[in-house]
Amino acid sequence: MAGKKPRLAVWKFASCDGCQLSLLDCEDELLAVSGAIDIAYFPEATRGEISGRYDVSLVEGSVTTAHDAKRIKDVRARSRVLITIGACATAGGIQALRNFADVKDYICAVYAHPDYIDTLATSTPISDHVKVDFELRGCPINKKQLVELVSAFIARRRPVVPPHSVCIECKLKGNVCVMVAQGTPCLGPVTHAGCGALCPSYNRGCYGCFGPMETPNTKALSGELARHGMDAKALKRVYGTFNVNAEAFREEMKRHGS
Amino acid sequence: MARKTIKVDYLNRVEGEGAFKVVVRDGAVKSAELRIFEPPRFYEAFLRGRSYMEASDITARICGICPVAYQMSAVHSMEKILGIRLSEPLRELRRLLYCGEWIESHVLHIFMLHAPDFLGYDSAIHMAKDHGDLVKKGLALKKIGNDILNLLGGREIHPINVRVGGFYRTPAKRELAPLAEKLKWARDAALETVRLVAKFDFPDNERDYEFVSLRHPNAYPFNEGRVVSSKGLDIAVEDYDQHFKEIHVEHSTALHSQIVGRGSYFVGPLARYSLNFDKLSPLAQQAAREAGLGKTCNNPFRSITVRAVEVVYACDEALRVIADYAEPDKPYIAAEPRAGIGCAATEAPRGLIYHHYELTADGSIKSARIVPPTAQNQSTIENDLTSFVAGWLDLPDTELQHRCEQAIRNYDPCISCSTHFLHLDMDRG
Repeated sequence: MAGKKPRLAVWKFASCDGCQLSLLDCEDELLAVSGAIDIAYFPEATRGEISGRYDVSLVEGSVTTAHDAKRIKDVRARSRVLITIGACATAGGIQALRNFADVKDYICAVYAHPDYIDTLATSTPISDHVKVDFELRGCPINKKQLVELVSAFIARRRPVVPPHSVCIECKLKGNVCVMVAQGTPCLGPVTHAGCGALCPSYNRGCYGCFGPMETPNTKALSGELARHGMDAKALKRVYGTFNVNAEAFREEMKRHGS
Repeated sequence: MARKTIKVDYLNRVEGEGAFKVVVRDGAVKSAELRIFEPPRFYEAFLRGRSYMEASDITARICGICPVAYQMSAVHSMEKILGIRLSEPLRELRRLLYCGEWIESHVLHIFMLHAPDFLGYDSAIHMAKDHGDLVKKGLALKKIGNDILNLLGGREIHPINVRVGGFYRTPAKRELAPLAEKLKWARDAALETVRLVAKFDFPDNERDYEFVSLRHPNAYPFNEGRVVSSKGLDIAVEDYDQHFKEIHVEHSTALHSQIVGRGSYFVGPLARYSLNFDKLSPLAQQAAREAGLGKTCNNPFRSITVRAVEVVYACDEALRVIADYAEPDKPYIAAEPRAGIGCAATEAPRGLIYHHYELTADGSIKSARIVPPTAQNQSTIENDLTSFVAGWLDLPDTELQHRCEQAIRNYDPCISCSTHFLHLDMDRG
């Protein structure tokens, strides 16, 4: 790709802006990154128009409106590689709690004029709508993984983003197990790595913000959590957060009550 | 030119999705609308039934730019219900955490979002080609805010270490020492930033605002104090709902706030500064004077200078907290949940943020209400456009449009936040 820099675009759907902020939080890498690639569309950071095609699109946020369901198809058509960043784009985000409730009730609880509000009954991940080339986990994503991912796609190599559990990260870090040693309930055994075992490093149980790992044994973990004092209501809550619509967490949540 | 419509369909360099439209007829501004079309996410609805312990982690996700503000207003509300009084070291650590967020958020806005307007670039990345050292300094300064959040919060976005009653883990005094070294550099860099931005060319636009912020007898406000205004309001946070109301208008998924009987008001750095100048550290006061600011400031275009002064203060205050820090006996004060109603207001980088919760006996949330700063400023932003545009009608279209965008960016509007709220004080006829 000598001569022409790859074009990058950053798109936002329903989200908190935190994952795209991770790009601006790469204080040490940002200028190097912007030297290697052309940040062609990134409305949070720059004035500029949508135009032509992009080599890499980073997509933040979930699809919650009919307009956005159409817009993501246009984004896909303009993108050689489409990467979702974060739990909203990858699993639907915490706003996917509406998928298990009555959205009319939600609207009425928040807005005085429900008729002004235009929204879908569900919050869905990008992969429910278009083909996704890579999904980066986390609420929020880990910025080091983001830099790795963008570098890998520019170099057309496979990104190094391990799919194992948070437990492995604790062991690599030398943490004492908070569940075994302190009796603190922890989702680490079923949660996708990437945060660096942050919560256990701060004497707290993992709360699953990176979503389920590959083939998690949630049922076995729930038994263990129940032995640590969590009742059905607590179990339902613990799986029903930022990755509630990721299949393994969704199904386990449903097992503990609707 | 009898008819004219200035319209921008997607505001850039703001956090979230917004647009604006100003309609001019026969040389007069007929209407100005700041449209917010962030899709609603219904936080106040799905908080119902969650545990009081989850509110800080969940509400943090309303905004990736100022998660600490949400966490602080949430845990302080819960602590009021549970009757928890924080020990002094825990109180101080929460101030330190907020210093980190102010530095990170203000510096992001000053260098990455706002300065390009004054220096004539589309973005900080474009600006870096001609002003590389400036952008590098901004990034280095921002990183020190993030270093505080990383150490004390675990990570810069959606920190994991805040809990009801204190923190999950509190740092040892020696862990804070390396931060102090960096903060000394940051304080000098912040002073240089004040000098730099004070030289920008500011349009001469002032209005008679009603400023609203917290005020505390012995500190520049973060987590505590009464809600006061420049027009005489002085109330306990518990009386907030008697004096403020939210209105749902058709062009916005964010609710508009008003002071009962008086209308729009202004929250954020300009309001905090103008109501609390006497509580700034001597160094921050001196920096403000040297930058040509008075004890109050009514020109929203100068907010970039006021933000820089607050960065000086946040560095100074962080250094004070670190120097005075005595490790607490325990990382948090434990308490059993109980039924009750509690509210708290704290000072987000963008201004006052109010949370209100009702809990049942087992600590489940029965109702939640969150009023973020940008919602409170929305009417004021629209009034600024209406008032200022009349004086700018001779400008060429592209320049006029850009000036309007700047008038909105003065508020560092966080549109992601502004839509996430909610209100149960319903107007159903």
